[in-house]
Amino acid sequence: MIPLIVRDSNFYMVQELHFLLNETEISTTAPSGIVALDYLRKNLRLTGTKEGCREGDCGACTVLVGELINNKVSYKSVNSCLMPLGELHGKHLVTIEGLNMSVLSPIQKAIVDKGATQCGFCTPGIVVSLTGYTIKGNRLTKEGFKKTLGGHLCRCTGYRSLKQGFDAIKEHISSESGVKSHVEKGIIPEYFLNIPARLARISEKSSGKVETPAEFVIAGGTDLYVQKGDILPYSRIDLLNTHPEMKNIVRKNNLLHVGALITFEEFSNHPEVIKAVPAIREYISLIASTQIRNRATLGGNIINASPIADVAILLLAMESTLILKNDNSMRSLPITSFYKGYKQLDKTPSEILAEIIFPIPDSATRINWEKVSKRKYLDVASVNCALKIKGEGGIIKKIHIAMGGVAPIPLFLKNTCDYFLGKQITRNAIEGAFPILQNEISPIDDIRGSSQYKRLLARQLIIAHFTRLFPEAVKVKDFYGPN
Amino acid sequence: MDRIDAASHTRGESLFVDDMPQPAGMLYASVFFSPVMHGNIQRLCLQDARSVKGVVAVLTWENIPGENQIGSIIQDEELLAQRKVHYIGQPVAVVVAESTEIARKAAKMISIEIEELPAVTDPKEAFEKGCIIDTPRTFVLGDVDSMWQKCDLVLEGTCDTGGQEHVYLETQRARATPLEGNNIRIYSSTQSPSAVQHHAAKILGLASHNIEVEVKRLGGGFGGKEDQATPWACIAALVARVTQRPVELVLQRADDMKMTGKRHPYKSDFKIGATKEGIIIAYEVKHYQNSGATADLSTAVLERTMFHSTNCYYIPHVRIFGVCCRTNLPSNTAFRGFGAPQGMFAIESALTKVAEKLHLPREEIQVKNLLAERKEFPYGQRAEHCSIRTVWESAETNYQFQKIRKQVLHFNQSHFETKKGLAVMPVCFGISFTTTYMNQASALVHIYTDGSVSISTGGVEMGQGLITNITTIAATALGINPGRIKVECTNTTRIANMSPSAASSTTLLNGNALLIAINQILDRLKTLLAQELSVFEKEKISIMNEKVFVDAHDTGWAWNQLIHAAHQKRICLSAHGFFATPKIYFDKTKEKGRPFAYHVYGAAIVEITLDCLRGSYDIDSVKIVHDLGRPLSKIVDRAQIEGGLAQGLGWMALEDLRFNEKGQLLSRDLATYKVPDAHFMPDNIEIEFLQNEKGTLGPYGSKAVGEPPFMYGIGVFFAIRDAMRAFRPENDFNFTSPLIPERILLQLYPEYIKQTLDKNKNLSG
Ligand SMILES: Cc1cc2nc3c(=O)[nH]c(=O)nc-3n(C[C@H](O)[C@H](O)[C@H](O)COP(=O)(O)OP(=O)(O)OC[C@H]3O[C@@H](n4cnc5c(N)ncnc54)[C@H](O)[C@@H]3O)c2cc1C
Ligand code: FES
Ligand code: FES
Repeated sequence: MIPLIVRDSNFYMVQELHFLLNETEISTTAPSGIVALDYLRKNLRLTGTKEGCREGDCGACTVLVGELINNKVSYKSVNSCLMPLGELHGKHLVTIEGLNMSVLSPIQKAIVDKGATQCGFCTPGIVVSLTGYTIKGNRLTKEGFKKTLGGHLCRCTGYRSLKQGFDAIKEHISSESGVKSHVEKGIIPEYFLNIPARLARISEKSSGKVETPAEFVIAGGTDLYVQKGDILPYSRIDLLNTHPEMKNIVRKNNLLHVGALITFEEFSNHPEVIKAVPAIREYISLIASTQIRNRATLGGNIINASPIADVAILLLAMESTLILKNDNSMRSLPITSFYKGYKQLDKTPSEILAEIIFPIPDSATRINWEKVSKRKYLDVASVNCALKIKGEGGIIKKIHIAMGGVAPIPLFLKNTCDYFLGKQITRNAIEGAFPILQNEISPIDDIRGSSQYKRLLARQLIIAHFTRLFPEAVKVKDFYGPN
Repeated sequence: MDRIDAASHTRGESLFVDDMPQPAGMLYASVFFSPVMHGNIQRLCLQDARSVKGVVAVLTWENIPGENQIGSIIQDEELLAQRKVHYIGQPVAVVVAESTEIARKAAKMISIEIEELPAVTDPKEAFEKGCIIDTPRTFVLGDVDSMWQKCDLVLEGTCDTGGQEHVYLETQRARATPLEGNNIRIYSSTQSPSAVQHHAAKILGLASHNIEVEVKRLGGGFGGKEDQATPWACIAALVARVTQRPVELVLQRADDMKMTGKRHPYKSDFKIGATKEGIIIAYEVKHYQNSGATADLSTAVLERTMFHSTNCYYIPHVRIFGVCCRTNLPSNTAFRGFGAPQGMFAIESALTKVAEKLHLPREEIQVKNLLAERKEFPYGQRAEHCSIRTVWESAETNYQFQKIRKQVLHFNQSHFETKKGLAVMPVCFGISFTTTYMNQASALVHIYTDGSVSISTGGVEMGQGLITNITTIAATALGINPGRIKVECTNTTRIANMSPSAASSTTLLNGNALLIAINQILDRLKTLLAQELSVFEKEKISIMNEKVFVDAHDTGWAWNQLIHAAHQKRICLSAHGFFATPKIYFDKTKEKGRPFAYHVYGAAIVEITLDCLRGSYDIDSVKIVHDLGRPLSKIVDRAQIEGGLAQGLGWMALEDLRFNEKGQLLSRDLATYKVPDAHFMPDNIEIEFLQNEKGTLGPYGSKAVGEPPFMYGIGVFFAIRDAMRAFRPENDFNFTSPLIPERILLQLYPEYIKQTLDKNKNLSG
């Protein structure tokens, strides 16, 4: 094994990791906290995976990670710049080098034919992502294809040529998909066929013991590596994804229990979640990119306590309860009392968020979630807002509104909600809420927008909720049309 | 033909600077930069950094053996700050270590004491304080002053035009290796290998021939690596010289964004006079360019702003004033369009004001004032082979513009909070470096005895498709299979004194130099063939499909046989070609001349849908007619048009470059600075090529295509504005770019801003 470039410091968590990298079995004592990108480029000199940003925004570093589930390997695209090496134990890591065959795959060929590569720096990552998309086994759609591209920046093409690759690729991939048929169709190399058996053998090997206490708890790492990427390789870390019990979604009576390690993608694809929040797929597609959503967890979004946390805003309006655990105790508290101040939580350092529980809305309850950002996709909100409302005969019986980007915390709009209770849904009633709303929020000027803009957006998004959910009662024209 | 390197790109096998195998003992450098905008360095404490295990050296200006100077046009830029700093991000010291991680960590341990001085970030403020670079310039046509009172209407306005970060996906990087003697080899991601060579020699106190610069490819450049790849390559060279070990310097994204310059923001004041029918009679504009801390290429960029200040319109009376204003920001630099976009944005804004005042659609004013053949530009050149009206009419008929306009009207009448907007953006762009002497290039051709061909030019492949174009030209000229041709990396030992790969001129200059070289060899080969075949007129001999023909007769001679015979007969199978664009000049004392070899024309129709409640928009479609001459490779040219368009749309409506009052970059990474993605770009992009070979000097009737399409993106600003006006016809909108959702919403609802602000004041009071 080529020695690690970083030589000066004492790494914690020296343990032996075993995983498959493309066709090769790797055993390494490289630190768990370094990111897969550095391991590939620096330790192994596999340079097809590129670094464009180290923060999940460009997709040049995209790799696939395959996990053995019920004797089948399920592949997800992830940003290797935010992926701790330690999590690869027992998994299959696929880079562009592992997708190359003697002839170009139909995906590679489509990119060549359509002229969809120019400087080429973004291209390997795109090939990996698109291959991951086609392996998934879902029906290929133009929208899905575009969403996959959405995780990549290309500064040379205008994306049109890339989008045009869709038809050519689809032609090669009929309804039947999955690893076996992909190998037959020359989309991925033959060695993929043996991966399940090889992984099964590897996963029996242990990765050794974690040194405690951990300085950092890492879930998806999509926030932590952006903030602390420089020091994580040298720190004691606890990779939560090695705790399988926090990865379930279960319905118990009228409550949905969601494990804190559930990723955005898993959440939005789960049938129970879709039942509870019918438009969830649409909302989640406006959050980050496929690669990030494959890694980012609900727990991370809540604990991260970013004032614009998109999922936390939804969960605040959903009347969620949080289950916090440490070694010897467990407690629950409503998410509305969890946030105390900027990045201050009602949580001790040793507590782990284990589960999020929310009631499944009844049929008379409506939900809407709004987000406005500079760029519609893969951007952080200027202001976001979630509303859960139950009306009876035009009267508001129950209402929960949360708003992000307007306070030091993801904000539950308690006073505004109190005001609305018992009101008839009319333009006047909504206008009457605005002074209360404006009192309740305290946005600041930052790169996401000026405070005056955010105040205006706060108003607009409340109007958006009501006009979207109750078009029969109020219209945008009622607010801004000629009187 | 596919792009030459496309297949290897898709396989991740194309090598960028830091992908090449690492030489043993390589070191890694990290740059420590100024944390303040302006000040005197009092103390620089390097001890802590030096004592970090794994650190090999920490270098400052004192370690520079030659001259600490890298200014290209004006000598005002130090490689490493000596006594003063002028912007946040200015390199001060270089940490060299056994790994990047150590170098970065140690750089954080450097401390600096700076006596802060007052700083400016606004160009007009800098101008008022006398902080300017070079002297202001003025172009004059006719006599504006005497015309104002003859106009039916005279309107004034201001454009506040935003800058733009290049976001080449591959950040700045270089690798340098010490060679025997004093020599250094530099692998650089630069558009200007010769500039790197020249400055590295100067820094090291060596001759140019001691420095070899090699460039394989760039992961995007867009102008950002024309002048600003130089510092990093020079730093690498300095480290290699001092440590006598190979070294690599790769900027991380956030550092790249902080330390390197961007497209120039401008403030432009305009005054426009027209008849009531909308004929523009007089136009005056004053451009205040935010140049940043050093001259860099700013004076040349400003010049192009002035050249393109009337875009594709003929206005008989014009006065264009331009000045480079020195501010305490990273030095702004070349970026696709090179100043032209800012000039065009101002004239388009002025025309828009006229249209709005006259209650006419914008396009009616545009079409009434289009340039015509032989009309004079404000810089003295006359329009030749002017195809703008043909372009406009093709766009109108082929895309049924009037029908779209009607549909938009109808849509807007039947929708309240959703409005559509439409705009046409015609473009006229001059081709050549406006600095005349730079319009020269060389090429070197070797044919080996097995018939394979090696080509070197002074052009750099940066995704624009140069090597594909060069291969096409060579294969066509030699009459052989492209598979026989290899375009070499760009290297200063093979080609000397290169002009940068820029100004959309790389194929024009290098392609012509290549043809000159090839024709020399062909001439020798034909002389030989004439003897062998007893043909008296050489002109009758041609090579096609690897075979030799006399007139249309296949002589039975094949390429391999010909090359073999030539070698046996001791005929030189190598040639060097040199090209200089003819008939161009510019007299700066008169501000008149013929700076451009020719002009490229085109037009785009941009349609958007605006969500007037949320302030967000979708770009529905962009439909383009582009005068392309006879394209060498349609796939390459199409890609250039689409990519240029994407950057232009982003510049006008999305890419929000922001500094705070302390000069700190707020849009400092890709999380806070957004560039177009697959969703932002419309699925519906249509491009029609107008094949008008007249006037071009490009090889085989081709035309330059790198920059002009960028300016189609300007249309999106006016399309959004069109929709805003449909929603709020009574509001007064500004010309501040980029037109992001925030600016849209605040301008649609000014009355609510006041309301919420007042409320807010009450709260705090
Ligand atoms: C490119 C990019 C785009 C993004 N876009 C968005 C967006 O549109 N909207 C948005 O809301 N966010 C966005 N994010 C921010 C963020 O990464 C995510 O919100 C994500 O949810 C964080 O989850 P994670 O599992 O990756 O957290 P991690 O990074 O692993 O952890 C975040 C923090 O939470 C702690 N933590 C995590 N899980 C637990 C737990 N179970 N118990 C206790 N502590 C825990 C960690 O110690 C850490 O302090 C984006 C991030 C990136 C890189
Ligand atoms: S390097 Fe940009 S997403 Fe990983
Ligand atoms: S091809 Fe250059 S970034 Fe995509």
